[in-house]
Amino acid sequence: MAVALALVSPVLAYDFGRQATPDEIALWDIDVRPDGKGLPPGSGTVAEGKQVFADNCAACHGDKGVGGIKDRLVGGPGTLASANPVKTVGSYWPYATTLFDYIHRAMPYQAPGSLSNDDTYAVAAYILSLNGILPADGKLDRDSLPRVKMPNRDGFVPEPEFDPAKLFRKQ
Amino acid sequence: MADHGNSPPDLVESDRLRASPSRRSFFAASAGLAGSLIAAPVAADSLADVPPREDGANLSGHSERSQYVKLARIPEAGPGKRNVDPSDAINSKAPLDKLFGGITPTDLHYERSHSGAPDLDPAKHRLLVHGMVGKPLVFNVEDLKAMPSVSRVVFIECTGNGWENWKKADENLTVQHTHGLVSTNEWTGVPLKFIVDLVGKEPDSHWMLAEGGDAAGVARSIPLTDEILSEAFVAYGQNGEPLRPAHGFPMRLVMPGFEGNLNIKWLRRLKFGDQPWMTRWETARYTQLQANGKATQFQLRMDTNSVITTPSGTMVIKPGYQRINGLAWSGHGRIAKVEISTDGAKSWRQAQLTQPALPKAQVRFQMDWTWEGKPTRIVSRSTDDRGNVQPDRKSFIAAMGTNALFHYNAQQTWSIDETGRVRNVLD
Repeated sequence: MAVALALVSPVLAYDFGRQATPDEIALWDIDVRPDGKGLPPGSGTVAEGKQVFADNCAACHGDKGVGGIKDRLVGGPGTLASANPVKTVGSYWPYATTLFDYIHRAMPYQAPGSLSNDDTYAVAAYILSLNGILPADGKLDRDSLPRVKMPNRDGFVPEPEFDPAKLFRKQ
Repeated sequence: MADHGNSPPDLVESDRLRASPSRRSFFAASAGLAGSLIAAPVAADSLADVPPREDGANLSGHSERSQYVKLARIPEAGPGKRNVDPSDAINSKAPLDKLFGGITPTDLHYERSHSGAPDLDPAKHRLLVHGMVGKPLVFNVEDLKAMPSVSRVVFIECTGNGWENWKKADENLTVQHTHGLVSTNEWTGVPLKFIVDLVGKEPDSHWMLAEGGDAAGVARSIPLTDEILSEAFVAYGQNGEPLRPAHGFPMRLVMPGFEGNLNIKWLRRLKFGDQPWMTRWETARYTQLQANGKATQFQLRMDTNSVITTPSGTMVIKPGYQRINGLAWSGHGRIAKVEISTDGAKSWRQAQLTQPALPKAQVRFQMDWTWEGKPTRIVSRSTDDRGNVQPDRKSFIAAMGTNALFHYNAQQTWSIDETGRVRNVLD
């Protein structure tokens, strides 16, 4: 019956659902892209992040991002072509923006989304500093985070069929 | 299929093949030249021994499996990490060796979840569709059910299916362990194209972020190719009923032929944009580390694959007639043919496909074989209607190395020793 309605009355078909308001979209619009689009205001330092990490992350990821029961976050440079590659934020992840996006949406595991924007910037900064990517007095915000060059940024080769640089190019 | 005279009729084939040694030797002695699967009558067997008919159970609102049938998935925490605390499991594998035909029972469809399986209240669930669109919209489940629907039988496969055998073969593995992260169901829902038209996607938007309502908010960037725009759909139905929570209730994305991880469960947001978002799952996780240390990204399609499910790992066969059967599937399209070698990939014979062989769905194949009692190796290879041939392991590893972790679709070899024991081997 619904199919028949939609087929005979295209006007009705456009009445499905309701318009989303800007305010409610903002509540859910959490994704962050490599160019920084989607990053919220706020900032955090490596020093602040050390405490955030101890309180929220170390139990699973280890005191300094190594040796925990869940994913190792630190180390592994130079291992990717070996028989035992160690894939961590420092050795493998191509974008620092992904680190912010993932922590902000999915961590800590038992209470995802509970970290403030400032705490998320801070703990991302701390993890990057553990990997030697940010200095000990480093700080991150929406302007500086997208400019962080990750060591493995050029380590990825797109599958030709779905290469973002070539897909949808006008001939 | 086979005469069940020697074993309880409720046992499925793999249980029969794994009967206790004493039972096996008894059957072997009595079966003689007739072989294993077609068991000859034994002297003690008589219709007089079949229990008399009796009044059955009351009719009920829900049908349970027979008490004689034991079917279960195997939760695992990663390659080789079995018998784990349920809270540590990250996936749960379907018992391919105990199933028939091409459709996976709903409660046995493999599961891969990143932060547990929430049971969301459909009355409170919403799907937000926004980004580069003319009209951002919010839908509830009833909205979706009122839209034009499609139903399609497709396989969904975890990108990690097969990851047990990258570096070595554990000879104690069953096909459930090696290949249990793929299943085929009939899914019902709304074509993505219909939703795209409702919100008025902008012409320059070629990527879509699909995000789940699970704790992790699993999110993937999906390129809006013609193929994906014409085949993807937002499903609310699974084998004729609402989705099960483990499979994304109340709504999920179905992406025929593509990585399981793209079939976002508990779907709550679709956002249109002009470039991929580079989420954790499409950078740190589902990328293919090559031998040279570079990683292939956006390898989104599941390749041509097949596996023999009977006889398979840990089963024991006896000399004589065998009915080999298994499953084949391809994310490129329809399975065109499956060949089987029973001499370690030296010669191949074409198997029979159980029709209909649907595009991007698992198809059952089978072939007669007489095992002469000598050690050998059996292996299957599939070819799809685009001409893609499932690679042998040596070629596959030569091209991929052993660190890729995902997209393992090399031919699966089972060795059979002189006692009839079937083992998982690399090639």
